[in-house]
Amino acid sequence: MSDDDGQAALPHWFDDDAGPVVRPYAMTRGRTTSPAQHRLDLIAVVIAESRAEETEADQTLSPEHVDIVGLCRDTPQSVAELAAELDLPIGVVRVLIGDLVDDRLVHVTRPVPPAELPDESILRDVINGLRAL
Amino acid sequence: MIFKRSERGTAPVEPVTLKILVAGGFGVGKTTLVGAVSEIKPLRTEENLSEAGRPVDDTNGVPGKHTTTVAMDFGRITLREDLVLYLFGTPGQDRFWFLWDELATGALGAVVLADTRRLEDCFAAVDYFERRSIPFVVGVNCFEGATRYPSDAVRHALDLDEKTPVVLCDAREKESVKEVLIDVVEHAMAIGAAAREPVAT
Repeated sequence: MSDDDGQAALPHWFDDDAGPVVRPYAMTRGRTTSPAQHRLDLIAVVIAESRAEETEADQTLSPEHVDIVGLCRDTPQSVAELAAELDLPIGVVRVLIGDLVDDRLVHVTRPVPPAELPDESILRDVINGLRAL
Repeated sequence: MIFKRSERGTAPVEPVTLKILVAGGFGVGKTTLVGAVSEIKPLRTEENLSEAGRPVDDTNGVPGKHTTTVAMDFGRITLREDLVLYLFGTPGQDRFWFLWDELATGALGAVVLADTRRLEDCFAAVDYFERRSIPFVVGVNCFEGATRYPSDAVRHALDLDEKTPVVLCDAREKESVKEVLIDVVEHAMAIGAAAREPVAT
């Protein structure tokens, strides 16, 4: 499943199609779940904390951690967007976000709880918003 | 809705996020539908599978390939600065049901896209949403060259609940897709109101 316009632009890396060189869960040191945030919803929004400025200098963070904080700093991002942007599996991104929450570098907003419809006024706003598109 | 008070200074707005699923058989136009309204090019997230796909995915002749990738397409519509709607195209293959559960959790509702030439492809999706009481709308994607059927005929063929809306649409047209999404939200509202009523009286 390669990009349609992939032929136009030269691939960034030679043999990129063969897949990543590092196996995905190596980035999480083999962890597949994060104890604190084990079921992060795909549309949960990740927001960088104000103290997350000096992440680049933090030696305990992996480059992927730094990337996540960097992406969230300007605009809050959903878990799904982060995964797509970083080209990492959702499972890996979840673990990494869990680490960042533990370090209090980001916080996560809960989407509407499952089995519970959002407020009717929000639904009305959604309808109006869609109409106005 | 509970908003946490932002830490001092100008913290970015914390948006309310909602999601609508787009389901249906393989090649019925799910990605097209997402792309028609999304403000971003449909992104994909991937999940690596190793064991689950092994009996099914023939990886013979692909040395070194031990995993198969399942991709979910998704798009985003920012309705307001603080209100964002995400559309998730469900993976078409039946064997990725476990991912559906993940996607369906907390979903506002769903669109089941159907092609009248192979209606049976969407049976599984209809079953899934009916069983979990997730509000859904059947969108009949009107392909060129396919016979048009009245929505009642489709409803009957799918043995749908009378209240489940069936709409004809064109997954390529933004306006048409907008209408379908509005139908989903309205249907979800109607179901929500009906569910609340018995408790209130």
